Amino acid sequence: MAKKEAKKLEYFTDWKYAPSPEATDHIRLQKQYDLFINGKFVKPNSGKYFDTINPATEEKISSIAEANDKDVDSAVKAARGAYDKTWSKMPAKERAKYIYRIARLIQERARELSVIETLDGGKSIRESRDIDVPLAANHFFYYAGWADKLEYAFPNRQPKSLGVAGQVIPWNFPLLMAAWKIAPALATGNTVVLKPAETTSLTALKLAEIIQESGLPDGVVNIITGHGPVGASMVNHKDINKIAFTGSTGVGKWIQKAIAGTDKKLTLELGGKAANIIFEDAPINQAVEGIINGIFFNQGHVCCAGSRLFVQESVAEEVIKKLKDRLETLIVGDPLDKNTDIGAINSKMQLNKINEYLKIGVNDGAEMYQSSCSIPKKGFFVRPTLFLNTSQSHRISQEEIFGPVLAIQTFRTIEEVIEKANNIPYGLSAGVWTDKGSRIFNLTSKLRAGVVWANTYNKFDPTSPFGGYKESGFGREGGLHGLMPYLKF
Amino acid sequence: MAYDFRQSPVVDQVGIEERVARFNTRSIKKGSKVQALKLALNMIDLTTLEGKDTEGKVTQMCYKAMHPHLALPDLPSTAAVCVYPTMVKTAKEALKGSKVKVASVSTAFPSGNSTMQIKLLDTKLALDNGADEIDMVISRGEFLKGNYNFVFDEIAAIKDLTHKYNARLKVIFETGEISTLDNVRRASDIAIYAGADFIKTSTGKIGVAATMPVTLVMLDAIKDYYFKTGIQVGMKPAGGISTAKGALQYLVMLHETLGNAWLDNKWFRFGASSLANDLILQLEKEAKGVYYSKDYISVD
Repeated sequence: MAKKEAKKLEYFTDWKYAPSPEATDHIRLQKQYDLFINGKFVKPNSGKYFDTINPATEEKISSIAEANDKDVDSAVKAARGAYDKTWSKMPAKERAKYIYRIARLIQERARELSVIETLDGGKSIRESRDIDVPLAANHFFYYAGWADKLEYAFPNRQPKSLGVAGQVIPWNFPLLMAAWKIAPALATGNTVVLKPAETTSLTALKLAEIIQESGLPDGVVNIITGHGPVGASMVNHKDINKIAFTGSTGVGKWIQKAIAGTDKKLTLELGGKAANIIFEDAPINQAVEGIINGIFFNQGHVCCAGSRLFVQESVAEEVIKKLKDRLETLIVGDPLDKNTDIGAINSKMQLNKINEYLKIGVNDGAEMYQSSCSIPKKGFFVRPTLFLNTSQSHRISQEEIFGPVLAIQTFRTIEEVIEKANNIPYGLSAGVWTDKGSRIFNLTSKLRAGVVWANTYNKFDPTSPFGGYKESGFGREGGLHGLMPYLKF
Repeated sequence: MAYDFRQSPVVDQVGIEERVARFNTRSIKKGSKVQALKLALNMIDLTTLEGKDTEGKVTQMCYKAMHPHLALPDLPSTAAVCVYPTMVKTAKEALKGSKVKVASVSTAFPSGNSTMQIKLLDTKLALDNGADEIDMVISRGEFLKGNYNFVFDEIAAIKDLTHKYNARLKVIFETGEISTLDNVRRASDIAIYAGADFIKTSTGKIGVAATMPVTLVMLDAIKDYYFKTGIQVGMKPAGGISTAKGALQYLVMLHETLGNAWLDNKWFRFGASSLANDLILQLEKEAKGVYYSKDYISVD
């Protein structure tokens, strides 16, 4: 046995992985994308287009149409027409066939969709290939199954569709969020006007092509692109029956005010600042992996990210040492490389926001620790970051950063950690790591969070409802619960 | 060092399997692939452990260990050959002048069902015949009864002996028999604290041999010990690894768990017999761009 002085391990010095980029020659992208209204791609009334760029290279990929109020109105009219004439009259079993067909087409074009998702949004190809795209297809498959079984899902309650659903989705999981929104709306017999986020419109527009190909009746799904005012125009449109929004808490609050006094139904899936809690009896090595997955998945652009880590004091030293060690094996860089763990930050704006929070953290006296990895000079990248010795009163422990930044606190007793975990305006998700089953059940009933993961983190499945408490929003997506926001009884 | 082995860290099987799945998504190409294929070849304990072993068979295998494939220049030899104690002399003779080590199984391999006295004699026989490394088995029955001190003591006793001969000790758990990952972790801690130079998964004599989850649990134990003490312990998955692709996956796992310091046959071995030829086949393909018929690769 050889005794060594240094107990720090070194990685990727003697054996570097050669670049292994996913091919991009098979994808089909147009130079310019129009609005998808009433089954056709139409030019925007404004005549304006904006650039969508690759955040890893800052190069332009394509031009996207900027919709205005008139376009929103024609999309809503198309959706209303399709609802009145075809979709609401179609037998549920027939509706299901279309949804199923969309799922199959997503699977068939999975490779192209993953590459485009990675090009446009910056997430690693490993994630778009293994998580985003398959999950999106699964959501369509799952809700296709519910379409003709609504009477059984809600016995004696006579579920009925609402009409036209206006859906506004964020940039962190562009295709997946579109699937989360469109699949249950269609299964319950509604028609849809969907607006993707301005930085990530491409996969939603590819989905529009898939919808065209599926033969879905014209106007059942309309996809319009543009910036914030397009969403506002949808929210204020008189002929929309339901608004579903996923995004920031600020916008969520504005939407709720805007539709107050109308008969629009609303679901909001907003921000989060989840507590990931590690007890001393946890499987520590797997917990460390769970912490990494909890905060660095999708560059931390995850509303349910485990961004507040609570470690029991007795194991804090070990956990932090192992976290620092694990940071060194995260590969940061070209999102298209199959070995990349952490890709590019979605936009310049988000990069600035994260960097601002890094400054705030340091200025507020928290100890910043970053991976020693080098990051590309071009494009939007941040090193995976830990903040040690933080407390509840630090801004980095209170506010949603939406980046690869983890605030670490320690705790002593279970009462203390429950109080601190709940001491936040958000309540979307939480994680608990312990070998003790009874403690898991105790915590799941006391943590004010919509989702509590036990000995795992960031697990998603179409059959499982997802949604928040408090300022993280209301309404559930996924599972049987995900049908309810699109039905009246 | 006082250590209560009932308190070994717990292992979450689902978490381990997910981590392994993640390693297996790594894409190893071009130069990094050739480097890893050669490294894997250089980490093999080329093994024959059969009742029908003869001096002739062992001698032929030793030649293969020294010269895995003469058609390709610059190929490394394997790390060692692994044989029964009675074959150590033959192997030693055949490998004279080369860097290839001779490892011998001992302690009533593969079952380990014998007295301590006989286990020590068995080991002494191998060492007297010139073995550089001893692959012992633990008493799985005693382990499963909860007699962790018994297992610790038997490892420590064999270690005393191998230490006198300046030989390195590998401790085989037969993970297919102790079955749970919690048990694998506990056995790893016992062996490491008792002085094992290497911990090893399997004898290759039962159905379930090395798996990646089991190996990861053992690597984690090695890492925890290294973080505590700064002392390196080696790892040897054995049995069931027969393809180059599988070997590369193990190397990725090793690399990203223990780092560069372990990327050396001093600290990592594959217990395998057919793996060498698949590595050679892949190296031929990387060098020449086409797959060769297996008839071009010797089967010693």
